[in-house]
Amino acid sequence: MTDKITIEINGRICEATPGEMIIAVADRVGISIPRFCYHKKLSVAANCRMCLVEAEQGGRPFPKPIPACATPVGNNMKVWTRSPKAIEAQQGTMEFLLINHPLDCPICDQGGECELQDVAIGYGDDISHFNEGKRVVIDENFGSLIATDMTRCIQCTRCVRFCAEIAGVRELGATGRGEGMRIGTFVAHAVNHELSGNIIDLCPVGALTSKPYRFTARAWELTTVNSIAPHDGIGSNIQLHIRRGQVMRVHPNENESINETWLSNRDRYSYTALKSKERLTTPMIKRDGIWCETNWSDALTTVAEKLKSTDPAAMGWLMSPTATLEELYLAQRIARELDCPNIDHRLRQQDFTGDIADPLLPWLGVSIAELEQQQGILLIGTDLRQEQPLIAHRIRKADLANGQIFFINPFQLELHHTARQLIGTPAEMVKNLAAIAKVLGISNSGIMQELINASEPNELQTAAATCLTQSGQQKQGLILMGAVATAHPNFTLLKAFAHAIADITNCKIGYLPAAANSVGAYYAGAHPRRLAGAKPSDQIGLTVAEMIEKPLKTLVLWGLEPNLDLNNPVQAMRMCEKADFVVACSAFRSHSLEKAADVLLPIAAFTETSGTYVNSGGTWQRFQGAVSPPNEARPGWKVLRVLGNLLDFKTFDYRDTAQIHDELAALCVDLPNNNLRCDFEITMQPVENVLMRVSSVPIHAVDSLVRRALPLQSVDTTRSNFGVYLHPDQAKTEKVSALDWVTLKQYDYECTAQVFIDHRIPLGCAYIPAGIDEAAMLGDQINAINLITTGRK
Amino acid sequence: MSFRNTPLTVNYDCDKSQLFNAEIRATIDEIISKYPSEWKQSAVMPTLTLIQDVNGGWLTRELMDDVAIYLDMPAVSVYEVATFYGMYDLKPQGKHKVCICNSVSCLLRGSEQLIHHVEHKYGVRQGETTADGRFTFKEVECLGACCNAPAVMVDKTYYENLSSDALDELINGLE
Repeated sequence: MTDKITIEINGRICEATPGEMIIAVADRVGISIPRFCYHKKLSVAANCRMCLVEAEQGGRPFPKPIPACATPVGNNMKVWTRSPKAIEAQQGTMEFLLINHPLDCPICDQGGECELQDVAIGYGDDISHFNEGKRVVIDENFGSLIATDMTRCIQCTRCVRFCAEIAGVRELGATGRGEGMRIGTFVAHAVNHELSGNIIDLCPVGALTSKPYRFTARAWELTTVNSIAPHDGIGSNIQLHIRRGQVMRVHPNENESINETWLSNRDRYSYTALKSKERLTTPMIKRDGIWCETNWSDALTTVAEKLKSTDPAAMGWLMSPTATLEELYLAQRIARELDCPNIDHRLRQQDFTGDIADPLLPWLGVSIAELEQQQGILLIGTDLRQEQPLIAHRIRKADLANGQIFFINPFQLELHHTARQLIGTPAEMVKNLAAIAKVLGISNSGIMQELINASEPNELQTAAATCLTQSGQQKQGLILMGAVATAHPNFTLLKAFAHAIADITNCKIGYLPAAANSVGAYYAGAHPRRLAGAKPSDQIGLTVAEMIEKPLKTLVLWGLEPNLDLNNPVQAMRMCEKADFVVACSAFRSHSLEKAADVLLPIAAFTETSGTYVNSGGTWQRFQGAVSPPNEARPGWKVLRVLGNLLDFKTFDYRDTAQIHDELAALCVDLPNNNLRCDFEITMQPVENVLMRVSSVPIHAVDSLVRRALPLQSVDTTRSNFGVYLHPDQAKTEKVSALDWVTLKQYDYECTAQVFIDHRIPLGCAYIPAGIDEAAMLGDQINAINLITTGRK
Repeated sequence: MSFRNTPLTVNYDCDKSQLFNAEIRATIDEIISKYPSEWKQSAVMPTLTLIQDVNGGWLTRELMDDVAIYLDMPAVSVYEVATFYGMYDLKPQGKHKVCICNSVSCLLRGSEQLIHHVEHKYGVRQGETTADGRFTFKEVECLGACCNAPAVMVDKTYYENLSSDALDELINGLE
């Protein structure tokens, strides 16, 4: 089947693969054939008939025009896309398509970028033979992100095929027949999938458009700037569409090795937060407990003086992993020049005891595109669809290509593909791994050996072990650790088991870096044990957990909200309160920052600064600033450069981010492997027999930008509402029922919450979402919790 | 990958043994056994016909949902089938269905007169049920009986070469 054949299109000789469709060959060589229903990433439907062409095979012409999207090529086939017969057929189709399409282009959002409009210019006639009334269709409610005008629908079914084939949910369908055919959900309900926004791009007409963008701009008023999406470890390539210094909307840019042609809703709609009223627009300083506006030079001089006068051992830098590579690099330069190695970006990690052996640079272990070729994947501790929507899509593709997927999680995920999930309390997660290790015959020492000895592998654990062994032999096995594993109180133990299993099965091991620049932060050296270039450091600084424990005098918070972005929000706020001086650099102001900080410095959001993100696959992606920051806000790297200058550091006169990027890039080597670097002792036993809080960060709560994107906040996603989610039997044990109010207690802090019943949560666990306002009254994301009935109904 | 050549199965968290009744389940299982095991959802058309007959000639959304659950298929796919084909009805029907063919051959041989006759004499328009609930009048696409047009299908029986009088007689004979 790999033999190449030749076909002739419009007299041009083209090479083709047998089985390919004519339209795919024509697209490759740049011959345009009009189409509506064909899309290279979706199955062939051949229902719009716009791509009719004339063709002959073996000297015999086809009796009638044939659809180029559904006709496989044959050797020496001849195709004419612009012959009189082809054009007549295309014009005929066009007239039929326009029969029911309204002439409302002036009030249609798609006007100016509409495939139907474009093709109608080429093939449409001024006059229609159709005199009857046009069809009118009642609109569907697709939620807060997608606006519908179903009267404009030409029934190409791209949206139906996208939902079924890419998203894996068969929510949309074409009901009725002929003229009565409707695209819709039949049972009206919103399309809540995390990739659903893509149907806006797919829709060739104005039937599906973006709701937040609706009626705000015209396509020809917009200029396009390429950028990189900042909300997950993928680094989706995006286009920012700008009008008069404002981002009007975000579209995906095609990059087959990263986001293909797709974009998650989070990346598509987070721009709406750029105009938020909560933007921090001037430097602020707290004088006697009152926030006053100030200018940059006063603010930065104050900060520089404080930094200079603090004992470096009592200083801490907490960096958000969504910061750009340049910001992270300059921040660690300043910190280390001040002799302070206390800088960290692993905000949601709980257990740092295994730091010494950590890989130099934990990354995905394979490229993003290679994920779908894996035959066996074991994912440990990840709320995959919420954390990394497009990695979830790649994993789904791996499953459809007959790969086997296993999950070890403290709650069951709703997935749109087959996967075997080993669900249990955080302690059982460790036991699951120990059982797999036992099947594989791993022997170790200490706690690991005790756990292996104690385990009795069940069917599922044995299946996982067998799958990993087999796929490892073919070099197509992968073990991935996600954000829930990172927040696990025994992360080190999970890591040790995962690495041991990977070693014995020859599987690759990878980490799912949660944020846009988690890998970049290692490269930049924003880590207590890494210098720039991800080189190990001799001078070991404090981790996030140690900074929280040890009272620090001066704190720098970069791009984060202490009550939402850290593993233990209450402790994080206490750390800020105990500190003498806290400077927070942020694009937004919030109550927690105003409470915690002494100086607030307004920095630019990702659209307003140039910079670099390193995605989870280790790809460096640079982007330019597209709009200027509001008022006095400045790009983060400029703020740090001036700070460096005020502190009289040498070689701190950077002109632009390119110079910083090049300086850092020269220090970096190729991606190292993910192997553990040395042996280490595990001292912590998994906690058992108490009710454990388990949690993940809801998809639209991951960083300060997304949290302020109102259209996203009104989307109902899985377990995003604050409350305790309990298994029905667990609720019986706790003597509570649905919607009861209970008091939650972690250490000495407590809050009240409502009970929700959810059979996806295992016994012994209480799921409470993290990263949202109400959860800021609690402690560790995953740890023991007390549930006290209040009697309030 | 396409859901056209790979069935998109949905596993509902539901007890199938509670659906319909034992007899119906046995019949559906027999239908399913005619198709390849992974193409269980091919049984959707005969299943819908069966359920419709049991339910007095029409389908409710709940029944369609049950069929979806029983065949492990997305509910919307069942709706697509049920709304596409003329022989499935989604509204309550009369005791009998009088289906007059309105396609070319029958039209040329006088089905239009039959349609007018029924409309005037019984006071029902296409898709409506007579006041006494005796029958529902439907216009349908080609019945495939062109050789003896015009054709009328009463419930599941074909009657061909009909005049208005012959049709009256037929309707009068209905209970």
